[in-house]
Amino acid sequence: MANSNEFKFTETHEWVRVEGNKAYVGITDFAQEHLGEIVFVELPQVGDELSSGGPLGVIESVKAASDVYAPVSGKVVEINEDLLYEPGKINEQASESWLVAIEFNDSSELDGLLDDAAYEKLCQEED
Amino acid sequence: MKKTPLYEQHVNLKGKVVDFGGWALPIEYQGQGILVEHEAVRTAAGLFDVSHMGEVTVKGPDAEKFIQKMIVNDISPMSNFQIYYSPMCYPEGGVVDDLLVYKYHQEEYLLVINASNTDKDFQWLQEHLEGDVEINNISDQCAELALQGPKAEVILQKLTDANLSMLDYYHFLPEVNISGVTALISRTGYTGEDGFEIYLDPKDASFLWDKLLAAGKEEGLIPCGLGARDTLRFEVCLPLYGQEIDRDITPLEAGLGYFVKLDKNDFIGKDALMKQKEMGIPRKLVGFEMIDRGIARSHYEVQADGEKIGFVTTGSFSPSLKKNIGLALIDAKYADEGGEIEILVRNKALKGKIIKKPFVKKSVKGAK
Repeated sequence: MANSNEFKFTETHEWVRVEGNKAYVGITDFAQEHLGEIVFVELPQVGDELSSGGPLGVIESVKAASDVYAPVSGKVVEINEDLLYEPGKINEQASESWLVAIEFNDSSELDGLLDDAAYEKLCQEED
Repeated sequence: MKKTPLYEQHVNLKGKVVDFGGWALPIEYQGQGILVEHEAVRTAAGLFDVSHMGEVTVKGPDAEKFIQKMIVNDISPMSNFQIYYSPMCYPEGGVVDDLLVYKYHQEEYLLVINASNTDKDFQWLQEHLEGDVEINNISDQCAELALQGPKAEVILQKLTDANLSMLDYYHFLPEVNISGVTALISRTGYTGEDGFEIYLDPKDASFLWDKLLAAGKEEGLIPCGLGARDTLRFEVCLPLYGQEIDRDITPLEAGLGYFVKLDKNDFIGKDALMKQKEMGIPRKLVGFEMIDRGIARSHYEVQADGEKIGFVTTGSFSPSLKKNIGLALIDAKYADEGGEIEILVRNKALKGKIIKKPFVKKSVKGAK
Protein backbone atom coordinates (compact mmCIF):
# COMPACT_ATOMS: atom_id res chain seq x y z
CA MET A 1 0.00 0.00 0.00
CA ALA A 2 1.48 3.35 -1.01
CA ASN A 3 2.05 5.89 1.77
CA SER A 4 0.99 3.36 4.28
CA ASN A 5 1.82 5.71 7.11
CA GLU A 6 -1.21 7.81 6.31
CA PHE A 7 -3.55 4.94 6.86
CA LYS A 8 -5.16 3.64 10.03
CA PHE A 9 -7.24 0.50 10.23
CA THR A 10 -10.14 -1.05 12.07
CA GLU A 11 -10.45 -4.60 13.29
CA THR A 12 -13.37 -4.96 10.88
CA HIS A 13 -11.07 -4.25 7.90
CA GLU A 14 -11.87 -0.65 7.04
CA TRP A 15 -9.05 1.79 6.34
CA VAL A 16 -9.12 5.46 7.38
CA ARG A 17 -7.15 8.35 5.90
CA VAL A 18 -7.47 11.68 7.67
CA GLU A 19 -7.47 15.02 5.87
CA GLY A 20 -8.06 17.91 8.24
CA ASN A 21 -11.29 17.15 10.06
CA LYS A 22 -12.42 14.62 7.48
CA ALA A 23 -11.86 10.89 7.58
CA TYR A 24 -11.92 9.10 4.24
CA VAL A 25 -12.99 5.50 4.70
CA GLY A 26 -12.59 2.46 2.49
CA ILE A 27 -12.16 -1.27 2.86
CA THR A 28 -8.75 -2.87 2.95
CA ASP A 29 -7.02 -4.96 0.36
CA PHE A 30 -7.33 -7.89 2.74
CA ALA A 31 -11.10 -7.38 2.87
CA GLN A 32 -11.59 -7.08 -0.89
CA GLU A 33 -9.45 -10.15 -1.45
CA HIS A 34 -11.64 -12.15 0.92
CA LEU A 35 -14.93 -10.83 -0.45
CA GLY A 36 -14.09 -11.69 -4.04
CA GLU A 37 -15.43 -9.74 -7.00
CA ILE A 38 -17.46 -6.81 -5.75
CA VAL A 39 -20.59 -6.18 -7.79
CA PHE A 40 -22.61 -3.79 -5.68
CA VAL A 41 -22.06 -1.02 -3.16
CA GLU A 42 -24.65 0.60 -0.92
CA LEU A 43 -23.56 3.91 0.62
CA PRO A 44 -25.17 6.37 3.05
CA GLN A 45 -26.29 9.79 1.86
CA VAL A 46 -24.46 13.03 2.31
CA GLY A 47 -25.70 14.51 5.54
CA ASP A 48 -26.32 11.19 7.30
CA GLU A 49 -24.98 10.97 10.83
CA LEU A 50 -22.92 7.89 11.55
CA SER A 51 -21.70 6.57 14.84
CA SER A 52 -18.45 4.79 15.41
CA GLY A 53 -18.89 1.04 15.01
CA GLY A 54 -22.33 1.49 13.47
CA PRO A 55 -23.33 0.60 9.91
CA LEU A 56 -21.85 2.69 7.13
CA GLY A 57 -22.88 0.73 4.09
CA VAL A 58 -22.95 -2.66 2.43
CA ILE A 59 -20.58 -4.22 -0.04
CA GLU A 60 -21.80 -7.16 -2.04
CA SER A 61 -19.63 -9.61 -3.87
CA VAL A 62 -20.90 -12.32 -6.18
CA LYS A 63 -20.97 -14.52 -3.10
CA ALA A 64 -22.63 -12.47 -0.39
CA ALA A 65 -23.42 -9.16 1.24
CA SER A 66 -21.05 -7.74 3.86
CA ASP A 67 -21.57 -4.80 6.15
CA VAL A 68 -19.10 -1.94 6.37
CA TYR A 69 -18.79 -0.12 9.69
CA ALA A 70 -18.05 3.51 10.45
CA PRO A 71 -14.65 3.87 12.09
CA VAL A 72 -15.51 7.27 13.59
CA SER A 73 -18.66 9.16 14.50
CA GLY A 74 -19.70 12.16 12.46
CA LYS A 75 -21.52 13.47 9.45
CA VAL A 76 -21.13 12.12 5.94
CA VAL A 77 -19.84 15.00 3.82
CA GLU A 78 -18.90 13.19 0.61
CA ILE A 79 -19.67 9.87 -0.99
CA ASN A 80 -17.75 8.24 -3.81
CA GLU A 81 -20.52 7.95 -6.39
CA ASP A 82 -18.20 6.39 -8.96
CA LEU A 83 -18.28 3.20 -6.93
CA LEU A 84 -22.04 2.90 -7.35
CA TYR A 85 -21.46 2.38 -11.05
CA GLU A 86 -18.05 0.72 -10.95
CA PRO A 87 -17.90 -1.25 -7.71
CA GLY A 88 -15.14 -3.45 -9.17
CA LYS A 89 -12.71 -0.56 -8.65
CA ILE A 90 -12.52 -1.63 -5.02
CA ASN A 91 -10.99 -4.94 -6.13
CA GLU A 92 -8.50 -3.15 -8.35
CA GLN A 93 -7.44 -0.41 -5.94
CA ALA A 94 -8.84 -0.86 -2.49
CA SER A 95 -6.63 1.79 -0.90
CA GLU A 96 -7.78 4.46 -3.34
CA SER A 97 -11.42 3.50 -3.47
CA TRP A 98 -12.75 5.54 -0.60
CA LEU A 99 -16.44 5.03 0.11
CA VAL A 100 -17.29 8.10 2.15
CA ALA A 101 -15.72 11.05 3.90
CA ILE A 102 -16.90 11.60 7.48
CA GLU A 103 -16.53 14.93 9.21
CA PHE A 104 -15.68 13.65 12.65
CA ASN A 105 -16.70 15.16 15.97
CA ASP A 106 -14.17 13.59 18.26
CA SER A 107 -10.62 13.04 17.02
CA SER A 108 -9.84 10.86 20.04
CA GLU A 109 -11.85 8.11 18.34
CA LEU A 110 -8.99 7.86 15.86
CA ASP A 111 -6.60 6.85 18.63
CA GLY A 112 -8.30 3.50 18.96
CA LEU A 113 -7.52 2.56 15.35
CA LEU A 114 -4.74 0.17 14.38
CA ASP A 115 -1.50 1.23 12.77
CA ASP A 116 0.06 -0.58 9.86
CA ALA A 117 2.00 -3.11 11.90
CA ALA A 118 -0.89 -3.96 14.21
CA TYR A 119 -3.25 -4.38 11.27
CA GLU A 120 -0.80 -6.58 9.42
CA LYS A 121 -0.57 -8.78 12.47
CA LEU A 122 -4.36 -9.02 12.68
CA CYS A 123 -4.56 -10.08 9.04
CA GLN A 124 -1.97 -12.76 9.53
CA GLU A 125 -3.91 -14.11 12.48
CA GLU A 126 -7.14 -14.17 10.51
CA ASP A 127 -5.73 -15.66 7.33
CA MET B 1 -14.38 -30.94 7.94
CA LYS B 2 -14.23 -33.84 5.53
CA LYS B 3 -11.63 -33.62 2.78
CA THR B 4 -12.04 -34.88 -0.75
CA PRO B 5 -9.13 -36.75 -2.38
CA LEU B 6 -8.36 -33.48 -4.20
CA TYR B 7 -7.82 -31.37 -1.10
CA GLU B 8 -4.07 -31.03 -1.72
CA GLN B 9 -4.72 -29.93 -5.29
CA HIS B 10 -7.06 -27.19 -4.10
CA VAL B 11 -4.54 -25.91 -1.60
CA ASN B 12 -1.69 -25.98 -4.14
CA LEU B 13 -3.82 -24.14 -6.69
CA LYS B 14 -4.62 -21.51 -4.05
CA GLY B 15 -8.25 -22.44 -3.73
CA LYS B 16 -10.16 -20.45 -1.14
CA VAL B 17 -11.27 -23.44 0.85
CA VAL B 18 -14.44 -23.03 2.90
CA ASP B 19 -16.75 -25.27 4.93
CA PHE B 20 -19.33 -26.43 2.45
CA GLY B 21 -21.84 -28.51 4.38
CA GLY B 22 -19.07 -30.20 6.32
CA TRP B 23 -16.73 -30.56 3.33
CA ALA B 24 -13.56 -28.55 2.81
CA LEU B 25 -14.00 -27.33 -0.75
CA PRO B 26 -12.83 -24.30 -2.74
CA ILE B 27 -15.38 -21.56 -3.33
CA GLU B 28 -13.02 -20.03 -5.92
CA TYR B 29 -9.33 -19.96 -6.77
CA GLN B 30 -7.10 -17.01 -5.95
CA GLY B 31 -6.12 -14.99 -8.98
CA GLN B 32 -9.27 -16.09 -10.82
CA GLY B 33 -12.44 -15.53 -8.84
CA ILE B 34 -16.03 -16.51 -9.54
CA LEU B 35 -16.51 -14.24 -12.57
CA VAL B 36 -13.47 -15.57 -14.40
CA GLU B 37 -14.36 -19.17 -13.57
CA HIS B 38 -17.96 -18.64 -14.62
CA GLU B 39 -16.86 -17.14 -17.93
CA ALA B 40 -14.43 -20.01 -18.57
CA VAL B 41 -17.26 -22.55 -18.30
CA ARG B 42 -19.56 -20.56 -20.61
CA THR B 43 -16.88 -20.00 -23.27
CA ALA B 44 -14.21 -22.73 -22.85
CA ALA B 45 -14.16 -25.20 -19.97
CA GLY B 46 -13.92 -25.54 -16.21
CA LEU B 47 -13.00 -28.43 -13.93
CA PHE B 48 -14.87 -28.91 -10.66
CA ASP B 49 -14.25 -31.23 -7.75
CA VAL B 50 -17.67 -32.62 -6.84
CA SER B 51 -16.42 -35.61 -4.89
CA HIS B 52 -18.68 -34.62 -2.01
CA MET B 53 -21.74 -35.85 -3.93
CA GLY B 54 -23.35 -39.05 -2.62
CA GLU B 55 -23.68 -42.33 -4.51
CA VAL B 56 -25.99 -45.22 -3.73
CA THR B 57 -26.19 -48.48 -5.67
CA VAL B 58 -29.53 -50.29 -6.04
CA LYS B 59 -29.32 -53.92 -7.14
CA GLY B 60 -31.61 -56.91 -7.38
CA PRO B 61 -34.62 -58.28 -9.26
CA ASP B 62 -36.91 -55.67 -7.65
CA ALA B 63 -34.56 -52.72 -8.18
CA GLU B 64 -36.76 -51.01 -10.75
CA LYS B 65 -39.92 -51.50 -8.75
CA PHE B 66 -38.27 -50.09 -5.63
CA ILE B 67 -36.97 -46.98 -7.40
CA GLN B 68 -40.38 -46.43 -9.03
CA LYS B 69 -41.91 -46.32 -5.57
CA MET B 70 -39.30 -43.90 -4.22
CA ILE B 71 -39.16 -41.24 -6.93
CA VAL B 72 -41.74 -39.20 -8.82
CA ASN B 73 -40.33 -39.67 -12.33
CA ASP B 74 -41.15 -42.81 -14.31
CA ILE B 75 -38.03 -44.85 -15.08
CA SER B 76 -39.83 -47.57 -17.06
CA PRO B 77 -38.94 -46.06 -20.48
CA MET B 78 -35.23 -45.89 -19.61
CA SER B 79 -32.74 -47.73 -21.74
CA ASN B 80 -29.53 -49.19 -20.38
CA PHE B 81 -26.80 -46.58 -19.79
CA GLN B 82 -29.33 -43.80 -19.73
CA ILE B 83 -29.79 -41.28 -16.92
CA TYR B 84 -32.98 -39.69 -15.58
CA TYR B 85 -33.39 -36.76 -13.23
CA SER B 86 -36.06 -36.99 -10.54
CA PRO B 87 -37.20 -35.47 -7.29
CA MET B 88 -37.79 -37.92 -4.43
CA CYS B 89 -40.72 -36.88 -2.26
CA TYR B 90 -42.26 -37.26 1.18
CA PRO B 91 -45.85 -38.50 1.40
CA GLU B 92 -46.89 -34.84 1.91
CA GLY B 93 -45.36 -33.91 -1.45
CA GLY B 94 -42.30 -32.00 -0.20
CA VAL B 95 -38.91 -33.00 -1.54
CA VAL B 96 -36.53 -35.39 0.24
CA ASP B 97 -33.89 -34.73 -2.42
CA ASP B 98 -33.41 -34.51 -6.14
CA LEU B 99 -31.21 -37.12 -7.75
CA LEU B 100 -29.90 -38.73 -10.89
CA VAL B 101 -30.76 -42.34 -11.69
CA TYR B 102 -28.11 -44.17 -13.73
CA LYS B 103 -29.45 -47.39 -15.24
CA TYR B 104 -26.95 -50.19 -15.94
CA HIS B 105 -29.72 -52.70 -16.60
CA GLN B 106 -33.10 -53.76 -15.22
CA GLU B 107 -31.55 -54.99 -11.97
CA GLU B 108 -28.78 -52.48 -11.33
CA TYR B 109 -28.87 -48.73 -10.84
CA LEU B 110 -26.71 -45.96 -9.41
CA LEU B 111 -28.35 -43.02 -7.64
CA VAL B 112 -26.37 -39.80 -7.38
CA ILE B 113 -27.62 -37.62 -4.55
CA ASN B 114 -26.78 -34.34 -2.85
CA ALA B 115 -23.81 -34.38 -0.49
CA SER B 116 -25.65 -32.72 2.38
CA ASN B 117 -28.53 -35.19 2.05
CA THR B 118 -26.55 -38.40 1.70
CA ASP B 119 -27.19 -39.80 5.17
CA LYS B 120 -30.81 -38.67 5.21
CA ASP B 121 -31.49 -40.12 1.75
CA PHE B 122 -29.83 -43.43 2.50
CA GLN B 123 -31.86 -43.79 5.67
CA TRP B 124 -35.05 -42.85 3.81
CA LEU B 125 -34.34 -45.46 1.14
CA GLN B 126 -33.54 -48.07 3.76
CA GLU B 127 -36.75 -47.42 5.70
CA HIS B 128 -38.77 -48.09 2.57
CA LEU B 129 -36.78 -51.01 1.28
CA GLU B 130 -39.02 -53.73 -0.08
CA GLY B 131 -38.71 -56.79 -2.29
CA ASP B 132 -35.54 -58.49 -3.48
CA VAL B 133 -33.28 -55.46 -3.59
CA GLU B 134 -30.06 -54.39 -1.95
CA ILE B 135 -28.84 -50.82 -1.52
CA ASN B 136 -25.35 -49.66 -0.67
CA ASN B 137 -24.00 -46.23 0.15
CA ILE B 138 -20.74 -46.16 -1.82
CA SER B 139 -20.13 -42.41 -1.45
CA ASP B 140 -16.75 -42.95 0.22
CA GLN B 141 -15.57 -45.11 -2.67
CA CYS B 142 -16.38 -42.50 -5.30
CA ALA B 143 -14.56 -39.37 -6.30
CA GLU B 144 -16.26 -37.18 -8.89
CA LEU B 145 -14.95 -34.58 -11.29
CA ALA B 146 -17.12 -32.36 -13.46
CA LEU B 147 -15.60 -31.14 -16.71
CA GLN B 148 -17.97 -28.51 -18.07
CA GLY B 149 -18.04 -26.16 -21.02
CA PRO B 150 -18.15 -26.08 -24.82
CA LYS B 151 -14.56 -27.39 -25.00
CA ALA B 152 -15.16 -30.28 -22.60
CA GLU B 153 -15.44 -32.95 -25.30
CA VAL B 154 -12.30 -31.86 -27.13
CA ILE B 155 -10.33 -31.91 -23.91
CA LEU B 156 -11.54 -35.24 -22.57
CA GLN B 157 -11.16 -36.86 -25.99
CA LYS B 158 -7.40 -36.24 -25.80
CA LEU B 159 -7.17 -38.68 -22.90
CA THR B 160 -9.43 -41.51 -24.01
CA ASP B 161 -10.07 -43.80 -26.98
CA ALA B 162 -13.79 -43.94 -26.24
CA ASN B 163 -15.73 -42.08 -28.93
CA LEU B 164 -17.22 -39.22 -26.95
CA SER B 165 -19.07 -37.72 -29.90
CA MET B 166 -21.33 -40.81 -29.75
CA LEU B 167 -22.21 -40.22 -26.11
CA ASP B 168 -25.57 -38.46 -25.89
CA TYR B 169 -26.80 -36.02 -23.29
CA TYR B 170 -27.92 -37.86 -20.15
CA HIS B 171 -26.22 -41.10 -21.12
CA PHE B 172 -23.11 -42.74 -19.67
CA LEU B 173 -20.29 -45.12 -20.38
CA PRO B 174 -19.68 -47.38 -17.38
CA GLU B 175 -16.02 -48.26 -17.79
CA VAL B 176 -13.86 -45.92 -19.77
CA ASN B 177 -10.10 -45.84 -19.83
CA ILE B 178 -8.92 -42.24 -19.35
CA SER B 179 -5.13 -41.99 -19.25
CA GLY B 180 -4.95 -45.48 -17.79
CA VAL B 181 -7.57 -44.80 -15.14
CA THR B 182 -10.92 -46.59 -15.25
CA ALA B 183 -13.89 -44.28 -14.76
CA LEU B 184 -17.61 -43.97 -15.37
CA ILE B 185 -18.33 -40.94 -17.53
CA SER B 186 -21.70 -39.38 -18.13
CA ARG B 187 -22.74 -36.52 -20.34
CA THR B 188 -24.35 -34.56 -17.53
CA GLY B 189 -23.64 -31.53 -15.44
CA TYR B 190 -24.99 -28.68 -13.43
CA THR B 191 -23.92 -25.64 -15.40
CA GLY B 192 -26.18 -25.57 -18.47
CA GLU B 193 -23.18 -26.26 -20.69
CA ASP B 194 -22.09 -29.41 -22.46
CA GLY B 195 -19.79 -31.51 -20.35
CA PHE B 196 -19.06 -34.66 -18.45
CA GLU B 197 -19.21 -35.97 -14.94
CA ILE B 198 -16.49 -38.48 -14.19
CA TYR B 199 -16.80 -40.99 -11.33
CA LEU B 200 -13.68 -42.80 -10.27
CA ASP B 201 -11.76 -44.44 -7.46
CA PRO B 202 -10.60 -41.78 -4.97
CA LYS B 203 -7.02 -43.01 -5.30
CA ASP B 204 -6.98 -42.01 -8.98
CA ALA B 205 -8.65 -38.64 -8.54
CA SER B 206 -5.64 -36.37 -8.12
CA PHE B 207 -3.81 -38.03 -11.01
CA LEU B 208 -6.74 -37.49 -13.37
CA TRP B 209 -7.38 -33.96 -12.09
CA ASP B 210 -3.82 -32.97 -13.00
CA LYS B 211 -4.00 -34.79 -16.33
CA LEU B 212 -7.20 -33.02 -17.31
CA LEU B 213 -5.93 -29.58 -16.36
CA ALA B 214 -2.78 -30.15 -18.40
CA ALA B 215 -4.70 -31.57 -21.37
CA GLY B 216 -7.12 -28.65 -21.41
CA LYS B 217 -4.66 -25.84 -20.95
CA GLU B 218 -4.63 -24.92 -24.62
CA GLU B 219 -8.44 -24.75 -24.70
CA GLY B 220 -8.56 -22.49 -21.67
CA LEU B 221 -9.58 -25.05 -19.06
CA ILE B 222 -9.22 -23.79 -15.50
CA PRO B 223 -10.15 -25.24 -12.12
CA CYS B 224 -13.43 -23.84 -10.81
CA GLY B 225 -14.89 -23.61 -7.34
CA LEU B 226 -18.36 -24.00 -5.95
CA GLY B 227 -19.09 -20.28 -6.27
CA ALA B 228 -19.10 -20.48 -10.05
CA ARG B 229 -21.01 -23.76 -9.89
CA ASP B 230 -23.77 -21.86 -8.11
CA THR B 231 -23.92 -18.84 -10.45
CA LEU B 232 -23.83 -21.14 -13.50
CA ARG B 233 -26.65 -23.41 -12.33
CA PHE B 234 -28.67 -20.42 -11.15
CA GLU B 235 -28.58 -18.65 -14.54
CA VAL B 236 -30.05 -21.71 -16.25
CA CYS B 237 -32.49 -22.20 -13.33
CA LEU B 238 -31.38 -25.66 -12.24
CA PRO B 239 -32.80 -26.17 -8.75
CA LEU B 240 -30.63 -26.35 -5.64
CA TYR B 241 -31.82 -28.40 -2.69
CA GLY B 242 -32.49 -26.18 0.32
CA GLN B 243 -33.31 -23.24 -1.91
CA GLU B 244 -35.62 -23.98 -4.86
CA ILE B 245 -36.69 -27.33 -3.46
CA ASP B 246 -37.03 -28.47 0.10
CA ARG B 247 -39.11 -30.46 2.53
CA ASP B 248 -41.75 -27.72 2.41
CA ILE B 249 -41.75 -27.17 -1.35
CA THR B 250 -43.32 -29.62 -3.80
CA PRO B 251 -41.82 -30.30 -7.23
CA LEU B 252 -45.00 -28.89 -8.78
CA GLU B 253 -44.47 -25.57 -7.05
CA ALA B 254 -40.80 -25.58 -8.03
CA GLY B 255 -41.68 -25.87 -11.72
CA LEU B 256 -40.51 -29.48 -11.93
CA GLY B 257 -43.91 -30.84 -12.95
CA TYR B 258 -42.35 -32.30 -16.08
CA PHE B 259 -40.60 -34.88 -13.89
CA VAL B 260 -43.71 -35.76 -11.86
CA LYS B 261 -45.44 -38.68 -13.58
CA LEU B 262 -48.81 -38.84 -11.91
CA ASP B 263 -50.00 -41.52 -14.33
CA LYS B 264 -47.51 -44.12 -13.19
CA ASN B 265 -48.26 -46.66 -10.44
CA ASP B 266 -48.19 -45.75 -6.80
CA PHE B 267 -45.20 -43.80 -5.50
CA ILE B 268 -44.47 -41.89 -2.32
CA GLY B 269 -46.09 -38.48 -2.51
CA LYS B 270 -48.45 -39.34 -5.36
CA ASP B 271 -51.69 -38.63 -3.51
CA ALA B 272 -50.51 -35.29 -2.18
CA LEU B 273 -49.16 -34.18 -5.54
CA MET B 274 -52.33 -35.24 -7.37
CA LYS B 275 -54.43 -33.35 -4.91
CA GLN B 276 -52.26 -30.28 -5.26
CA LYS B 277 -52.57 -30.41 -9.01
CA GLU B 278 -56.35 -30.78 -8.85
CA MET B 279 -56.80 -27.99 -6.32
CA GLY B 280 -54.45 -25.67 -8.19
CA ILE B 281 -50.79 -25.19 -7.40
CA PRO B 282 -50.68 -22.48 -4.74
CA ARG B 283 -47.16 -21.16 -5.25
CA LYS B 284 -44.98 -20.78 -8.27
CA LEU B 285 -41.26 -20.39 -8.77
CA VAL B 286 -40.64 -17.27 -10.85
CA GLY B 287 -37.62 -15.50 -12.22
CA PHE B 288 -37.24 -11.80 -11.61
CA GLU B 289 -34.87 -8.99 -12.34
CA MET B 290 -34.20 -6.10 -10.03
CA ILE B 291 -35.49 -2.73 -11.18
CA ASP B 292 -34.15 -0.83 -8.17
CA ARG B 293 -30.48 -1.02 -7.32
CA GLY B 294 -29.80 -3.96 -5.05
CA ILE B 295 -29.17 -7.67 -4.90
CA ALA B 296 -31.81 -10.06 -3.64
CA ARG B 297 -30.48 -13.01 -1.66
CA SER B 298 -31.93 -16.33 -0.54
CA HIS B 299 -34.80 -16.10 1.95
CA TYR B 300 -35.45 -12.36 1.48
CA GLU B 301 -39.17 -11.64 1.73
CA VAL B 302 -41.12 -10.87 -1.44
CA GLN B 303 -44.10 -8.54 -1.28
CA ALA B 304 -46.86 -7.21 -3.48
CA ASP B 305 -49.11 -4.35 -2.42
CA GLY B 306 -47.30 -4.33 0.92
CA GLU B 307 -48.25 -7.93 1.72
CA LYS B 308 -45.90 -10.90 1.96
CA ILE B 309 -46.39 -13.16 -1.06
CA GLY B 310 -43.32 -15.36 -0.83
CA PHE B 311 -39.55 -15.45 -0.60
CA VAL B 312 -36.42 -15.39 -2.71
CA THR B 313 -34.94 -18.86 -3.22
CA THR B 314 -31.74 -17.75 -4.98
CA GLY B 315 -30.63 -14.27 -5.87
CA SER B 316 -27.40 -12.98 -7.25
CA PHE B 317 -25.58 -10.82 -9.69
CA SER B 318 -25.66 -12.71 -12.98
CA PRO B 319 -22.15 -12.83 -14.44
CA SER B 320 -23.44 -13.61 -17.95
CA LEU B 321 -26.21 -10.99 -18.05
CA LYS B 322 -24.49 -8.42 -15.81
CA LYS B 323 -27.80 -7.88 -14.04
CA ASN B 324 -29.13 -8.55 -10.57
CA ILE B 325 -31.64 -11.35 -10.88
CA GLY B 326 -33.32 -13.95 -8.72
CA LEU B 327 -35.71 -16.83 -8.33
CA ALA B 328 -38.62 -16.52 -5.93
CA LEU B 329 -41.35 -18.84 -4.74
CA ILE B 330 -44.49 -16.71 -4.66
CA ASP B 331 -48.26 -16.87 -4.49
CA ALA B 332 -49.37 -18.13 -7.91
CA LYS B 333 -51.76 -15.24 -8.46
CA TYR B 334 -48.81 -12.81 -8.66
CA ALA B 335 -46.70 -15.03 -10.89
CA ASP B 336 -47.44 -13.56 -14.31
CA GLU B 337 -44.54 -12.42 -16.43
CA GLY B 338 -44.08 -8.67 -16.40
CA GLY B 339 -45.66 -8.37 -12.97
CA GLU B 340 -44.04 -6.10 -10.44
CA ILE B 341 -42.93 -7.38 -7.03
CA GLU B 342 -41.02 -5.90 -4.13
CA ILE B 343 -38.11 -7.57 -2.43
CA LEU B 344 -37.21 -6.64 1.12
CA VAL B 345 -33.49 -5.98 0.96
CA ARG B 346 -32.24 -5.08 4.43
CA ASN B 347 -35.74 -3.87 5.32
CA LYS B 348 -36.09 -1.69 2.26
CA ALA B 349 -38.68 -2.70 -0.34
CA LEU B 350 -36.92 -2.68 -3.70
CA LYS B 351 -38.77 -3.12 -6.97
CA GLY B 352 -38.32 -6.13 -9.20
CA LYS B 353 -40.03 -7.39 -12.32
CA ILE B 354 -40.99 -10.97 -13.14
CA ILE B 355 -39.18 -12.20 -16.23
CA LYS B 356 -38.97 -15.38 -18.24
CA LYS B 357 -36.97 -18.41 -17.04
CA PRO B 358 -34.35 -19.62 -17.64
CA PHE B 359 -32.29 -16.44 -17.61
CA VAL B 360 -29.67 -18.05 -19.82
CA LYS B 361 -30.48 -20.86 -22.26
CA LYS B 362 -28.80 -24.22 -21.82
CA SER B 363 -26.41 -25.16 -24.57
CA VAL B 364 -26.02 -28.85 -23.92
CA LYS B 365 -25.62 -31.51 -26.55
CA GLY B 366 -29.00 -32.59 -27.86
CA ALA B 367 -30.85 -30.98 -24.97
CA LYS B 368 -34.55 -31.61 -24.95
